[in-house]
Amino acid sequence: MSLLADQVSWTRSGRLVLDGVTVEPDPGATVGLLGPNGSGKSSLLKLLAGVDRPSGGTVHLDGEPLTRMSRRRLARRVAMVAQHAETELHITVREVVRLGRIPHTGMIGTDTEGAAVVERALAATGLTDMTERFWHTLSGGERQRVQIARALAQDPDHLLLDEPTNHLDIAHQLEILALVRQLDITAVVALHDLNLSAMFCDHIVVLSGGVVVATGIPAEVLTEELIEMVYGVRCRVTVEDGLPHVRFAPG
Amino acid sequence: MTVRTGSLPVLWVLGLVLLVASAAVAITIGPAALSVRDVYGIVAEHLGAGPSGTTRIQDGIVWQLRLPRVLLAAVCGAGLALCGAILQSLLRNPLADPFVLGVSSGASTGAVLIAVLGVGGGALTLSGGAFLGAVLSFGVVLGLAYAAGGGTDRVVLAGVAATQLFSALTSFIVLSSADAEQTRGVLFWLLGSLAGVTWNDVAVCAAVVGAGLVCCLAYARALDAFAFGDDAAATLGVSVRQARIVLLVMTALITAALVSAAGAIGFVGLVLPHAARFVVGPAHVRLLPTVAILGAVFMVWVDTLARTLFAPQELPTGVVTALLGVPAFALILLRRRGIPT
Repeated sequence: MSLLADQVSWTRSGRLVLDGVTVEPDPGATVGLLGPNGSGKSSLLKLLAGVDRPSGGTVHLDGEPLTRMSRRRLARRVAMVAQHAETELHITVREVVRLGRIPHTGMIGTDTEGAAVVERALAATGLTDMTERFWHTLSGGERQRVQIARALAQDPDHLLLDEPTNHLDIAHQLEILALVRQLDITAVVALHDLNLSAMFCDHIVVLSGGVVVATGIPAEVLTEELIEMVYGVRCRVTVEDGLPHVRFAPG
Repeated sequence: MTVRTGSLPVLWVLGLVLLVASAAVAITIGPAALSVRDVYGIVAEHLGAGPSGTTRIQDGIVWQLRLPRVLLAAVCGAGLALCGAILQSLLRNPLADPFVLGVSSGASTGAVLIAVLGVGGGALTLSGGAFLGAVLSFGVVLGLAYAAGGGTDRVVLAGVAATQLFSALTSFIVLSSADAEQTRGVLFWLLGSLAGVTWNDVAVCAAVVGAGLVCCLAYARALDAFAFGDDAAATLGVSVRQARIVLLVMTALITAALVSAAGAIGFVGLVLPHAARFVVGPAHVRLLPTVAILGAVFMVWVDTLARTLFAPQELPTGVVTALLGVPAFALILLRRRGIPT
């Protein structure tokens, strides 16, 4: 029951974006993907989701290469919430969440358990009271929750999230990450906030320049040396109750 | 009014009844006294029932002139509106219409080459030339779009480029070679006209639009998945490249067939999808049949106005669609202020 990126590389427009990256999330774990802008976090998530194919190495799901699986079959196992979700459509919350049932629906359109799964996804994300609201009336945090609900409606065992807390205020950031953490599925989350990743992730993978520079539990990975090396900033890291806490030094 | 759930089949049946009634009434309108009962009798007679008791002239007017014309109007309306709905979803662009792929301007160039320069020496009809031009320009658009990377914005840009190129070619040929009479004829055709329709046109267009509707309905869920873009569609299990090619080719074929028979009737494919979405929401299983019926009813009445408003002089159909449709659309827009379409 697990997704494995085995020595994957990816080249875009002649530039090597990922270079021999190996990631294997433990089943049920929440894995934080850290690294500066352009370090390859989004690209790695797209490879894990099967949206793009690696130019070297392989992504496996339960030992089977993604390239040998149909898109539909993959979409029932792995769901992704992208960084930007925009639509011109006048579409309700429930209609967006229902999109998650597409991989479970045949051409004729029978999906017997679909309605129940959609209701569960709406309930899990606290959206039950706003199912008839329109997408364009939602705040950033609500939109993010709707996209997570849509991903849950796919009934996946892996959830990939690309900076889900971007542009959200701190209360909503905590809310979204707490939601992801308490879900009973494997989650890989690209994040910018080091303290939040320490709070919510079981495991952290740090990318820099397309290669993995550190991996392990937050307390092992988030050190002053590593942060200075990867991000080029100086900081103090203190550990309280087993959780590292990062304070940045000015200048 | 928004019908987003259960009562849709009822709405479709009502729409189809309205369509048949509209067609029957539209056929009676015009010079020559005809009643709906006469129309029914004549159609029934041709389908094998007993004599209708109408005159040969009445029979000719209904069976040879007005019935094929009304049917082609309905097919054109349905097909153009369907193509517009699909292209707006597929290209994620509310301004997309059936002509965004450069098909209509290619058709115009093809038709003008035949009509003005006499290319083909009589072996090709006007609509045959138009169809070839349409397919050729679509090929140019698709080739350019995929050579440039293949994203949806590339398709739109390549379409705009091809439209400009072929429109310029058409203008060039008309201005440099056509006499006044030819120019008038070509202009009329360019703005869309259902005059001189044959049963052959009706059969070809109905077959293409019918097949297109079935094919597109099979892709209805895939089209839904494009709501948040190509990558989102891919993670929902859609083969994005395959779906895009099939749907682009399908809409191009439908548009090419319709433009060849009736000229470039604008506006229907741009606006009716928005109107239909206001009524039934964005899900394509519901949207596509609705927009087809809406387009068919709309075009039947537009064409009736086009041939009767200044009778015996006809107005180009495209002129009427815009004159009638723009105010209606403005009303909808004003009532839905602040809501994206």
